[in-house]
Amino acid sequence: MKLVIGIVRPDKVNDVLAALYRAEVRGFSLSRVQGHGGELDRVETYRGVRVKMGLSDKARFEIAVSDEFVEPTIEALCDGGQTGEVGDGKIFVVPLERVIRIRSGETDDLAVTPVVT
Amino acid sequence: MTTFIAAAGEINTGDTAWMLVATALVLLMTPALGLFYAGLVRSKNTLNTFMMCVGAIAVATITWALVGYSLAFDGDAKIIGGLGHAFLSGVGFEPRDGTTIPHLLFFAFQGTFCIITTALVAGAVVERMRFGPFLIFAALWSVLVYAVLAHWAFGGGWLAQQGTLDFAGGVPVEMGSGFSALAAALVVGARKDYGRQALLPHNAMYVLLGAGLLWFGWFGFNGGSGFTTGNSSVLAFTNTLLTPACTLLTWFVLDLMRSRQITAIGAATAIIVGCVGITPAGGFVSPIWAMVLGVIVALPCYAVVAYRPRTRVDETLDVLAAHGIAGLTGIVFIGLVAQQGWNGVADGLFYGDAGQLGSQLVAAVATPVYAFGMTYVLLRVLGALMPLRGSDTEEAIGMDIIHHGEEAYASGEGAILIRADMPTDGAPRVPEKV
Repeated sequence: MKLVIGIVRPDKVNDVLAALYRAEVRGFSLSRVQGHGGELDRVETYRGVRVKMGLSDKARFEIAVSDEFVEPTIEALCDGGQTGEVGDGKIFVVPLERVIRIRSGETDDLAVTPVVT
Repeated sequence: MTTFIAAAGEINTGDTAWMLVATALVLLMTPALGLFYAGLVRSKNTLNTFMMCVGAIAVATITWALVGYSLAFDGDAKIIGGLGHAFLSGVGFEPRDGTTIPHLLFFAFQGTFCIITTALVAGAVVERMRFGPFLIFAALWSVLVYAVLAHWAFGGGWLAQQGTLDFAGGVPVEMGSGFSALAAALVVGARKDYGRQALLPHNAMYVLLGAGLLWFGWFGFNGGSGFTTGNSSVLAFTNTLLTPACTLLTWFVLDLMRSRQITAIGAATAIIVGCVGITPAGGFVSPIWAMVLGVIVALPCYAVVAYRPRTRVDETLDVLAAHGIAGLTGIVFIGLVAQQGWNGVADGLFYGDAGQLGSQLVAAVATPVYAFGMTYVLLRVLGALMPLRGSDTEEAIGMDIIHHGEEAYASGEGAILIRADMPTDGAPRVPEKV
């Protein structure tokens, strides 16, 4: 089991969602974050005061998956999130110690496998 | 418009006082439209959308003062006015012919109409058209389309001569903007994500607030279009209350039938549709017929609002439905139910004069053709000279950052002051500790 954390451009969220759906990855969390990678700073001007915006808006996907879903998840994130410009984001894959589904008490692989309905 | 004004020749203080207020009310409609439009777009385009309305104030006021007013209101040639009032020549404190208010005030009041109409067209091209080309388009459009149509309907042009009744601007303002918007949407093209993603309004509160303020301003727009404090103004003013209220309730029913829920953005749209519907008819139809108009005008507009998103035409904020179709309905409605007993000018078909309906139908055909055709050609020519829209990447980032270097909802987190003595090599820089 891995936790795949994908940080992508906010305007690519819909594309990533579509790619994840195609890869049959159904469980994830999405949050709005701000951060800084290697991209150039934006300069904005407010009433003549020029400021450099050091942080860019990003969307952060957190996806807990069983081992065989790790590669499809990474591919989906790359597929949906890529523009080729600096600032497309990063993917972090970290090991997961335990996963528990609160409703049923199922653990680990069972808990990260979507319920078939 | 000038045909039914009886007393002329000298300034009337009551009329002048009201028209001063009415002019300010109409100007308020443009920032109100900015709010209405800004709420309907995505948050990354909030400022740009509002700025198109602000830009219209900047550009159309100037073109109006330089040539637009003259082309619309100098002389009664059939197609276009003269240049006798260009650069405001001869526009002073003496009463404008056929009115009891100073010529200068008449110019200012009409100017606020030109501004709001120019801003209306922006609704077709928001979220993708570049700001610079939009300003150039607005300047040219305010002269080539608005001033011409204003001359036809208000300035003694051929529509007025053949008897078309248009109280407050069904021809130049509503049909002029609505059918121009359709042409603009076709030439500029759809947003890159149109039809692939749901592009939702980002702030329904702005939409409601904008619609409310527009309604408020519309009392000056319609109530001022009689240029007096007389009967026709009182009638138009009161009808501006009655018609939109009836449109609102009708819209509620249509919403219930379609989706079992009454929507807030639908309500805001209904307010606009009702106000537009009564705009041409305000001073010509009885209050009860105005209420009937409120119900009738909702039907075609609701249908177009519902149908348009299923097409490939990204006429983004439905200017055609809310203004073009509603204005057309109002213009035709006059031909049916105008009553001499109420307006002192003419009867419609139901009251014995079928000819009036003919005059109205001529306007309902000629105006859309001219507005659509002229705007289409204008934008095609402009598009050949400069790109009308930015790259897909720019569209993805949003117009606010790309064209204005500002964000509507900037958090300030991570923002670093740029001082003149700081090197700007692109690297993030933390201010030194003192």
